[in-house]
Formats: sequence, structure tokens, C-alpha cells
Amino acid sequence: MAVRDITLGQYYPGDSAIHRLDARTKIICALVYLVSLFVVRSFSAFALCIVFLAVVIIISKIPFKFISKGLKPIIFLIILTMIINLLFTSTGTVIATLGPVKITTEGIYRAAFMGLRLVLLIFGSSLLTLTTKPIELTDGLEKLLSPLAKIGLPAHELAMMMTIALRFIPTLLDETDKIMKAQTARGADFENGSLKEKARALVPLLGPLFVSAFRIAGDLAMAMEARCYHGGSGRTRMHQMKFGKGDALAFAVMAVYLALVIVSRQFDLF
Amino acid sequence: MASDPIIQLKNVSFAYEQGEEVAPEAAVKAVDGVSFDVERGSFVAIVGSNGSGKSTLAKHFNALLIPTEGEVLVDGMNTAEVAETAPWEIRQKVGMVFQNPDNQLVSSIVEDDVAFGPENIGIEPAEIRRRVDESLKLVGMYEHRKKGPHLLSGGQKQRIAIAGVIAMDPECVVFDEPTAMLDPKGRKEIMSIIRTLHSQGRTVILITHFMEEAAEADRIIIMHNGKVEADATPAEIFSRKDLGVLEQPFAVRLAKRLRESGIEVPADIVTDVQLAEYLCKLK
Repeated sequence: MAVRDITLGQYYPGDSAIHRLDARTKIICALVYLVSLFVVRSFSAFALCIVFLAVVIIISKIPFKFISKGLKPIIFLIILTMIINLLFTSTGTVIATLGPVKITTEGIYRAAFMGLRLVLLIFGSSLLTLTTKPIELTDGLEKLLSPLAKIGLPAHELAMMMTIALRFIPTLLDETDKIMKAQTARGADFENGSLKEKARALVPLLGPLFVSAFRIAGDLAMAMEARCYHGGSGRTRMHQMKFGKGDALAFAVMAVYLALVIVSRQFDLF
Repeated sequence: MASDPIIQLKNVSFAYEQGEEVAPEAAVKAVDGVSFDVERGSFVAIVGSNGSGKSTLAKHFNALLIPTEGEVLVDGMNTAEVAETAPWEIRQKVGMVFQNPDNQLVSSIVEDDVAFGPENIGIEPAEIRRRVDESLKLVGMYEHRKKGPHLLSGGQKQRIAIAGVIAMDPECVVFDEPTAMLDPKGRKEIMSIIRTLHSQGRTVILITHFMEEAAEADRIIIMHNGKVEADATPAEIFSRKDLGVLEQPFAVRLAKRLRESGIEVPADIVTDVQLAEYLCKLK
């Protein structure tokens, strides 16, 4: 298992105008974009979404190939959604009949529509994670959620948990690798056998992994305490987040875009 | 010499509660009636075999553990009282570096990790930046400041951990077997940083298994079964015959051989550097 090759999150290092935006700006803009995809009712309006996304991708200088990798894990889900829409839509003119199921024009239209919406959702959200370092994303979320701390939302704690999770992904992968090798040396077989046998082989892996995760957690808690950690109160941050001109521009562009999308509902062409 | 202790231990005993990890032979008292002072600016090594209570004792220096009997004073503050309200007041005076470099780093970016301590004690952002850069330069890791800890070697990770402690600007740094999991190169680097910290006037307490490392201290305390077995200068410790468990450092053994063959090496020579310097001055 080539544990070392795993990239953290899916950040694509770069120094584009998009990369330089404040993480909070990017989170808000991404959310607005995702919402806009649900406001849209027609293909003509989707053209607007696609053009907007394409422009952002070009500015971000991220190769299209890299972004489309994000589709891979859920391509099956997209196809399934499209097939269900295709087969179970009964309105519209019937084009073909396959036994009890009818393929209708409306079905084709909906399948294409849902498929496109899902693809754009994935692209829009992965653009956020591609242009923002995980740690900045965490800091941004903490800042954005901090007003909610007043009503009892543990914003700082959530962000701290994410930071630690990010930090310990490689450590736990190393640990897994070590345990796997140790168990293989004792005759365990993770490679061969039926699915059931493979699943069973994971038990001697997961047991020690949990034990070691708890040991690491204990050590870390002790080290954090020794470094004066006492929750979010009275804590300062080295990196100060500042909204700049670029952020103001981004918000303005986003507002125009959202207005256009809403207006476009009046002129649904097809 | 006027006594100016930063840490005072008064008849300290500690017993782990049932259910916590208990070393079988130390199940009763991990630390048993220990008293000593640590002078400000001194370099103290604490040695002892596994289960001798040295790590448990170390955790009393910064209020991670509170003695079940006796008391610990850090800069005049009783740890048992301060730990109730603001243990970080003690912990920013007495920093601590642990054995496992992997399990004490918090952030996935080196400089953010170093900033963690100062952020916790509410330092101004610009001052944090200055301290982070300064401590990273001190441990020689400044050029790695944007990297992820998982890309660094054990010794480098341990240096980051030390930088994280120094960034809090503690008066005293406790090292709990900082080199136990490192290779010889990493071990050397850590020892050189420890020497630098001591030369800056900080108090250093080094818990270690390695006699070569302990020999560099001003004072060695030997722990055995939770009690202090010996407390003296390295030269005295290594010349004592009754402490049979200790393996003498290489320089001490070599000096002994040299004396046997007629070269008068002074008894206070206990480290390689001291011996080399002495021999170079010989005609």
C-alpha cells in the first residue's frame, strides 16, 4: 500500500486570483453557486451556470482533467439517477416501449437535466476544495460559524477536530501499513479469498488500529494540554483573515450572477 | 550560592488510580516521597530504568499530574492550587517535549503547529509570527515551515515539537526522553538544541536513558522504584561504585583506562568533548 502518495484533501497548489481569495469568500460563493443550481429550471439557464463555472476554472488555472477526477467516485450515482429518471417518468410523448416501461421525451429531458445538475454540483464544490488549503478551509469555517457559538454551536471545537483529523490521516495510514505488515508476517492474508474472507481478514487489522488510535489520542491530548490548550476562549490566531479588494469583487460578481440566474427564470427558452 | 529554585518538590508521592495504565511493579506508588529543588538556569538530568517513576515525576513539573501527597511549587505557585483555575500559567513557564514526535504535533503545517502554543496563551498575532520564525530558525527548521509534518523525519519532527515549546518562551523546558525514538543523527541534533537552550539561560530538565546525554548536565538525579537513589554532579555519580545499574559513558570508561595506563585525566571529565579538549592540550 503506497501510503505516502496520498494527497491531503484534494488541494491543487497554485497562486491564481481564485487561490488568493479569502477562504470565507470562497465558501460563501460556493454555497451561493450550489443554491443557484437548484434555482435553475431550464437548460438555457444552465448555460449561464456552465459559462460562469468555466470562467472561474480558467481563472483558477486548474487543468480540467484534474477537476473531472472528482466525478469518478460518484459517476455510478449520476448514471443511476439518470436511468431512474429516464425509466420512471411517465409524462410526455412516448418514444419507445420496453415491456412495462415507457421511454418518454419528458424522461429524456429530466435525465439529462438531473445529470447536468449533479455534474455541476460536483464541479462547483470541488473547485472550493481544489483552490483552498484544507487548513484554510477549516479556519474559514471556524470564522463563519463563530457567530453561532452564541447559540451553543461548538464552532472552535468542530474546527479543531477537523484540523486534528487532517493532521492524523497520514499518521493513521502509516499505522495501518505497519499493522498490516505485522499481521502479514504472522500469516494473515489480506489479498486473496472471497469477499467474506477478505472482510474477516480486516478484523485483526481494525482491532490494533483502534487501540493505537486511542493511544495516539491520549498522547496528543497530553501534549496539547502541556502547550496550554484550554479551548477556544482567550485564543488568538497567527494568521489573521482579511477581506481584500478581490473578495469584494468576488462578492459583487456572485451577486450579479445570482441576479441573472433568478431573472433567467422569466425567460426559460427550453 | 544563593538558592533561586524554579521548581520545588516537597515530599511528592503519586499513585495512579485503579483502571489507569499501571506498571505492575509500580502499582502502589509511581513516585514515592521525592524532594528536591531545581535551580533556575540549571541543567538537570533524571535517569532511571523503566518503571522507576521518572516520566511520572516529570509530569508533575507542569501540573499535568498533581501529587497525591506532598506539593510541587513552580516559581512559587502550588501546582495543586493553580491547576484548578489556570494550569496554563504554569505550563507557559515550564514547557514539555515528549518522547513520540508524531503524537505531539497538532497541525498539518509546520508553522501553524509552532504557533499553537502562543495562540493558546493569547499572544498578539504579529508577536506570534516573530516568535514562530525565531524558534524555527533556532531549531534549524525555518526552510521547512510550510511543509506537512508527515513529510519530515523523526528528528525533524522532534525539532518542530521543541520549536513549538520555545515559541511559548518558557523559563524551563522538560524533555521526557526526547531522543528515545530517534536515530543517532537525530539524537545529536536534539542534544545540540538542548545545549543552546541551556546556554540561553533556560532551565533544562532532561529525562533520558542515555548516560552520554546525562553526562552533559550539571546534575544527575537517579530514580529507582519511585525514589531518588542518588543526586549529584555527573563526575560524582560516575565515580560511585554502588550505582551498579548504570553504564558509564564512553568518555568516563576511556578516562579510566587512560588513568590505568598512567595518563592523569581529572575526575570531572565525563563527556566526549571535555575529554577530547583535555587530550588535545596534553603534550
